[in-house]
Amino acid sequence: MLISGNEAVALAAQRAGVALGTGYPGTPSTEILERFSELGGRAQWAPNEKVAFEVAIGVAYASARAVVTMKHVGLNVAADPLFTAAYTGVSGALVVVSADDPGMASSQNEQDNRRYAVAAGVPMLEPADSQEAYDFTLQAIEISERWGLPVMLRMTTRVCHSKSVVHPERTCAPPPPPSYTRDIAARVMIPSNARPAHRRLRAKLAQIAEWNETSGPNRVIPGSNSLGIIADGVAFQHAREAAPEASFLQLGMTHPLPVETIRKFANSVERCVVIEEGDPYLADTIRAAGISVESKPEMFRFGELNVDRVRRILAGDTTPEPAPPPGKAPELCNGCPYRTVYRALRNLDCIVAGDIGCYSLGALPPFEALETLVCMGAAIGVGLGLRHVLPPEEARRVVSVIGDSTFVHSGITGLVEMVYNPPSTGHVVIILDNSTTAMTGFQEHPATGRTLDHQPTGKLIIEDLCRALGVADTHVIDPTRDPEAFEKLLGDSLASGRLAVIIARRSCLLVTGRLRELERCQ
Amino acid sequence: MMDNRVTNIVIAGLGGQGVIRASDIAADAAFRSGFDVKKSEIHGMSQRGGFVTSDVRFGRQVSSPMVPRGEADYLVVLAPDQLEAVRGSLRPGGVLILPDGLNGEPLPNKKTLNVALLGILSTHLPIPEANWVEAIRSSLPEKFHEANLHAFQLGRRQATVHT
Ligand SMILES: Cc1ncc(C[n+]2csc(CCOP(=O)(O)OP(=O)(O)O)c2C)c(N)n1
Repeated sequence: MLISGNEAVALAAQRAGVALGTGYPGTPSTEILERFSELGGRAQWAPNEKVAFEVAIGVAYASARAVVTMKHVGLNVAADPLFTAAYTGVSGALVVVSADDPGMASSQNEQDNRRYAVAAGVPMLEPADSQEAYDFTLQAIEISERWGLPVMLRMTTRVCHSKSVVHPERTCAPPPPPSYTRDIAARVMIPSNARPAHRRLRAKLAQIAEWNETSGPNRVIPGSNSLGIIADGVAFQHAREAAPEASFLQLGMTHPLPVETIRKFANSVERCVVIEEGDPYLADTIRAAGISVESKPEMFRFGELNVDRVRRILAGDTTPEPAPPPGKAPELCNGCPYRTVYRALRNLDCIVAGDIGCYSLGALPPFEALETLVCMGAAIGVGLGLRHVLPPEEARRVVSVIGDSTFVHSGITGLVEMVYNPPSTGHVVIILDNSTTAMTGFQEHPATGRTLDHQPTGKLIIEDLCRALGVADTHVIDPTRDPEAFEKLLGDSLASGRLAVIIARRSCLLVTGRLRELERCQ
Repeated sequence: MMDNRVTNIVIAGLGGQGVIRASDIAADAAFRSGFDVKKSEIHGMSQRGGFVTSDVRFGRQVSSPMVPRGEADYLVVLAPDQLEAVRGSLRPGGVLILPDGLNGEPLPNKKTLNVALLGILSTHLPIPEANWVEAIRSSLPEKFHEANLHAFQLGRRQATVHT
């Protein structure tokens, strides 16, 4: 079959009897759970990655198999449970899919999450194509069960979204029925339990490193002994094409590294070059082990690699790279309800602390009305910080703008902060409620009242929540029905000097059609 | 036919024009013909009308999923005003396929431009027509089959008449 890396992970999860797939949408990871659900797996969107991770831990404490998916920055949100789950370990399987985005096709940074596997002390597998995405998902489950540890499956945009041929031949033993065994010493991480847990973790990692030397998913492809290339992930594919004559050591398990295998390979060739995207993680670690290898020049830390760039690295060519002229930038759809909101923000000369979603396009012409974007949920905190210190006449113009999915993900605590530490000039938060997670392809979330597969479920009522948190001035308005009324409400709220939430509610144009279609099919 | 050469195709256009659908169909048609295939694109914000490109590669064995710059054998551009942004992907002597390759032949459904241009592309490739037809059928809901197969044949005809 010809499938994407994401589809391959979903297929493997389904074949392995994964009891629950959970996560939060984020390019390039989103399709894994959607596909898993289509294949009949139980898949759920959580409000954010931290909650998803915690649910997955519970599944794996019950001896079942769990997969939790997220984009790279999602692991920042889930880092807290990740680090300590490595200490507690699991009784079933816990596979953490981290989908990184080198080159930032649709992300706010290009952090290299291989560092997380090292920092948290969890094993890490890195597929290079869809076949390996399938095989390594199964292998990750086996490793997780064998050593009782969460295992990270680290993908990147080109592995997640590229399609390639898969022969789904590999299988893994069926999971045991879920069961609970009490183990307070292993799972209650009070210091007296956590101290031995840390030692246990390091001992497991030492065993896994040894296993990786002899049985890990790494392979040597013999070739010329004048050039040897060590590569991981999709970088391996680019390198194979750029230097077909070279010898290769493809690393499939990149934490803990098979250091002796690497040493032997490096010694077998005259010139040994490490080809990796992002940070020089492999090169630094290999050199620290006293093995002499070449690393890429600093300019190749930025952006994705491709065949041309690997050729340059091998040739030591650091001349400037030609940038093709840009194509048309994306923009807010014609008729998008956000357009009227941004017009009002412009008209009232607001200082807009922004957030992430389709509405981030408000930063581009013709609006240029969104002035900050850091991470999901940051709009509220950043807006409050600006309010706290700016002179009152400027502070009064500050507005926080956040989408509905983003609000549920990590805006709620920001609102608690607003009520707890109100700026002296008050504050205004606009929640852009288009009834979907549009940015990542129209996923449901708790405030749509529908599950991942669009079935009705408990619904979070955003305005009730805001009022319950203590924001009495909570308004719900359709910004497109009467744009002037919207602008007046915004102006009045700013002038009041009180705390206000304005929920600008109007379905995304693209999702209204889809929903109608869905209802017709049902 | 099955030598070591990899055939490289780049398809480009604007979000909503069916660039990704077209590359899915081309990749599937090549796969059905027994080739190793890789295809790759950047999703992201493509829904919002921005510039999108997708790469399809096939041959006996394909490594990188991306067409190296300046190595595309075929460049299919659905939005001619975006040509400058992708022109550099075509190799010297490579084939450029644009909507004007339809020679003004009217498409009954504008949404099938992507498949019509695949019709032109198909006349250059060692992929049996039946595999294109199967790939089109399996990638689209049944109600769109007729219009798209019509567009495909229209593209094929124009290409053979005018070359
Ligand atoms: C921690 C984290 N998780 C996921 C993402 C990917 N992502 C960015 S914005 C967003 C949600 C957008 O939905 P919403 O706030 O409803 O805005 P919309 O796109 O619908 O306008 C997601 C999932 C991210 N950037 N960071």
